[in-house]
Amino acid sequence: MPATPPGRVPQAASTDPSVLRNFGIIAHIDHGKSTLADRMLQATGVVEQRLMRAQYLDRMDIERERGITIKSQAVRLPWTGPTGTDFILNMIDTPGHVDFTYEVSRSLAACEGAVLLVDSAQGIEAQTLANLYLALENDLRVIPVLNKIDLPAAQPDKYADELAHLIGCEPEDCLRVSGKTGEGVERLLDEIVTLVPPPVGDPDAAARAMIFDSVYDTYRGVVTYVRVIDGRLTPRERIKMMSSGATHEMLDIGVISPEPVPTQGLGVGEVGYLITGVKDVRQSRVGDTVTDAPKPAKQALPGFRDPKPMVFSGLFPVDGSDYPELRDALERLQLNDAALVWEPETSTALGFGFRCGYLGLLHLEIVRERLEREFNLELISTAPNVVYRVVMEDATEIVVTNPSEFPIGKIADVHEPVVRATVLAPSEFIGTIMELCQGRRGQLLGMDYLSEERVELRYSLPLAEIVFDFFDQLKSRTRGYASLDYEQSGEQVAELVKVDILLHGDTVDAFSAVVHKDKAYTYGVAMAQKLKDLIPRQQFEVPIQAAIGARIIARENIRAIRKDVLAKCYGGDISRKRKLLEKQKEGKKRMKMVGRVEVPQEAFIAALSNEDTSPKK
Amino acid sequence: MPSESPAGEPAPSNGRLPDDAVRVVGSVPFAAYVHVPFCATRCGYCDFNTYTAGELNGATEQQYVGAILAEIELARQVVPHAPPLSSVFFGGGTPTLLRAADQALILRALRESFGLGPEAEITTEANPESVSEAQLVALREAGVNRISFGMQSAVPHVLATLDRTHTPGRVREAVAEARAAGFDNISVDLIYGTPGESLADWRASLDAAVSLEPQHISAYALIVEAGTALARRIDRGELASTDDDDQATKYELAEELLSAAGYEWYEVSNWARSPDLASRHNLAYWKGHHWWGFGPGAHSHVGGVRWWNVRHPRAYAERMAAAESPALAREVLGEPTRQLERLLLEVRLRDGLACQALSPGALVAAASMVREGLLDPAAWESGTVLLTLRGRLLADLVVRRLVVDDDEGMANAEV
Repeated sequence: MPATPPGRVPQAASTDPSVLRNFGIIAHIDHGKSTLADRMLQATGVVEQRLMRAQYLDRMDIERERGITIKSQAVRLPWTGPTGTDFILNMIDTPGHVDFTYEVSRSLAACEGAVLLVDSAQGIEAQTLANLYLALENDLRVIPVLNKIDLPAAQPDKYADELAHLIGCEPEDCLRVSGKTGEGVERLLDEIVTLVPPPVGDPDAAARAMIFDSVYDTYRGVVTYVRVIDGRLTPRERIKMMSSGATHEMLDIGVISPEPVPTQGLGVGEVGYLITGVKDVRQSRVGDTVTDAPKPAKQALPGFRDPKPMVFSGLFPVDGSDYPELRDALERLQLNDAALVWEPETSTALGFGFRCGYLGLLHLEIVRERLEREFNLELISTAPNVVYRVVMEDATEIVVTNPSEFPIGKIADVHEPVVRATVLAPSEFIGTIMELCQGRRGQLLGMDYLSEERVELRYSLPLAEIVFDFFDQLKSRTRGYASLDYEQSGEQVAELVKVDILLHGDTVDAFSAVVHKDKAYTYGVAMAQKLKDLIPRQQFEVPIQAAIGARIIARENIRAIRKDVLAKCYGGDISRKRKLLEKQKEGKKRMKMVGRVEVPQEAFIAALSNEDTSPKK
Repeated sequence: MPSESPAGEPAPSNGRLPDDAVRVVGSVPFAAYVHVPFCATRCGYCDFNTYTAGELNGATEQQYVGAILAEIELARQVVPHAPPLSSVFFGGGTPTLLRAADQALILRALRESFGLGPEAEITTEANPESVSEAQLVALREAGVNRISFGMQSAVPHVLATLDRTHTPGRVREAVAEARAAGFDNISVDLIYGTPGESLADWRASLDAAVSLEPQHISAYALIVEAGTALARRIDRGELASTDDDDQATKYELAEELLSAAGYEWYEVSNWARSPDLASRHNLAYWKGHHWWGFGPGAHSHVGGVRWWNVRHPRAYAERMAAAESPALAREVLGEPTRQLERLLLEVRLRDGLACQALSPGALVAAASMVREGLLDPAAWESGTVLLTLRGRLLADLVVRRLVVDDDEGMANAEV
């Protein structure tokens, strides 16, 4: 019931698996996972009150600001159960977003139980559902918990019914807690030690530990988080990564409680960290199996896969001279982000930059924000696109990650990735959501009522249709009530074409897009109009055309400028006018030339964003 | 509110100029500008440094005149060897809100301190509605020999939009009164492109101006300055915004009608009956001459130093009462900056800019602008950068290309 007195805490490396309880918390963004974790740290006495800071486990600024968890952490917590037994809980914090589904699945694979945390003012969201399915797939014992019962708007009875209906338990089985006040947290800890089964493994087998997280630390290199399945890892032995066969010296091994504490090793069922001196997280990959180099296991643990970028976008420095800094920054980010891939790209319109691949949109946003914030770079990013597999008539295959490289003519088939999307929303929005999904080429797979007012819609959607502004549209059309989750579900053949945008006859590669043929015209017209409003008038008339191959599908004209002279230039105007000119000379750096047309950077940024364009002055 | 002053470096409180600047006084003509910051009402489009009675914050016209006389004395001490004045210009604001005797007093002080050149041009701006016959006679007797009327338009609804209170008929009377008083060098100012002004309205205004047979006509495209009442009315949607294409068409009409009536352009917004009737004072600004601007907010240029006075009449009067220079800030221009200014000013003139003033990059840019019809080919042949009609409308673009493409002229040469 209370925190275990310090003298009685079972020591790492020699903890009997029967007193270990490994669990994760799965929840939707903002449902209070990190706050609940904070209360657990306090209740178990591992963090003293005075050292507590909000969201203790979230390390990155962006995480704390957005209230989301990007990288998971594992914490060892002592807890004396209701019968007086001293337990060790390993709480494995999981990332909370669709882009990181694979990482969530590996974190859950390290657990035997999961706390399913639901905001009692919001109810179940799409992400809760997705993560619940992941937990069930991993055979975890699920403990339903309603959080934020202190809120005036909380409706714990209502959502207990929903939750019980969903996982097949009784409404009264749902625990009620407040991460904010701490109410119910001790009871939850008791339930965890009672309900979650202990880990099972063979202590005498060759060591096998699964990597569920891998984090780059400036001072110590890569810190790898593992869960031992069989055998035992000990200090000063060589270890081997089973996917690559690479061996490393073990420099340090220990547990996090909640700061790192070196131990004499990690035994069956235990969770902790190891440090080998590698400098790049790609050498220590999530899902991989760590074994003893001298006595390796024969078979790796199942479930490892390479992260595969799903969304691509070009990143260009606003000031071309920042290119080397951008390269350095990407290299630094990659140390800590095995999923980020990039290669140099040259755009005729935007100059030198990089084509980057991401797990999804949030991943893209995080990378971009970190580049701008931590490395102080000003960037233009092109509209995100997915990967297309183009099969030509002669059966050769081209993988397109950049729309401007989409082949022209002699195409047999174009394959695009599709996702299985789950949307949860109040039932009044069914029509709106269906309209949106149908407009995005969605196929309705099924629909279920979670309760009278809440419905789950399942759609198959092309990934390309949701990478741009789908989520924003969904949110705004449902007044913020709908939630979305999706997972990859293969690919489909679709009638896709490349639309090019030509400025005064020259293709602007940054604006090329692959779109469904039924939408090509709409896209072309919209883009041409947008650019017409954004590009200042030039000395000559500038036609803006949208084209599929050689066929023009839309056209706008920017009329030639006729007058720009300021009528007056007297004694008091001279300094002002000269300074304006000096500024324009400076501003020339921010102008990009497309053929003969001068396009301000701001026009590119605005045209590539999905926000409403503001008219030029 | 009036627009803001530029940023500059602090000016010394004794008003002293660097020796280098004083040394070259006399190398070019020397002019005087007198800023009269008073208006009966503020027009919606105006962002000049001018104040209505309620905004003066206790400053009086008498204080003002005293302060101007004090600044003239300061100028005499700072540039004791200045040549006789080639021109004097009373601008505003509304100079004719001053008593003619006060303008005469200021003019006499200038004459006594610096002398007047043999053909000195002495101009005062005048609002048709606030100048009387007797005043015109008195001004002419005091030595004023050129008068510039703020006519703006001959169309009542345009005048109303501009908040001008005079009637079209009053302009005709005022011009006649000025002639009767002995003025033989009369200019009228026009504004085109006011919201709601049709092309026919503008033609009517041009015809009316020509029919007055002035020696000189200025025609300015209306600029909607930020912070003015006009800008707010446009923002609120009460008035249409100005349109560059409309103003371009009206400029072309002005050139057509004025040249047909015997006026020739000598600067982008100025036309005169003959070259010797061009405003000498304004040419002083554009040709880099030296001038001392007296009064609140006035700008000066002497020997590569530009400075500007504190803006409010009361602050100005206080400075002068404390025997301190009224300069708020100044700029000492280096040679590259002077070249840049020369370029941006002289390009606007009928005399054009000598090719020798251009860098190699600018020469390349100029050559392509000749081909594009922005610069006059015949003038180019004889070594002068001279705007064509189209080039006059795009003068800022021409200057920008001469300046901005300077470093990389080769890059944009093949247009």
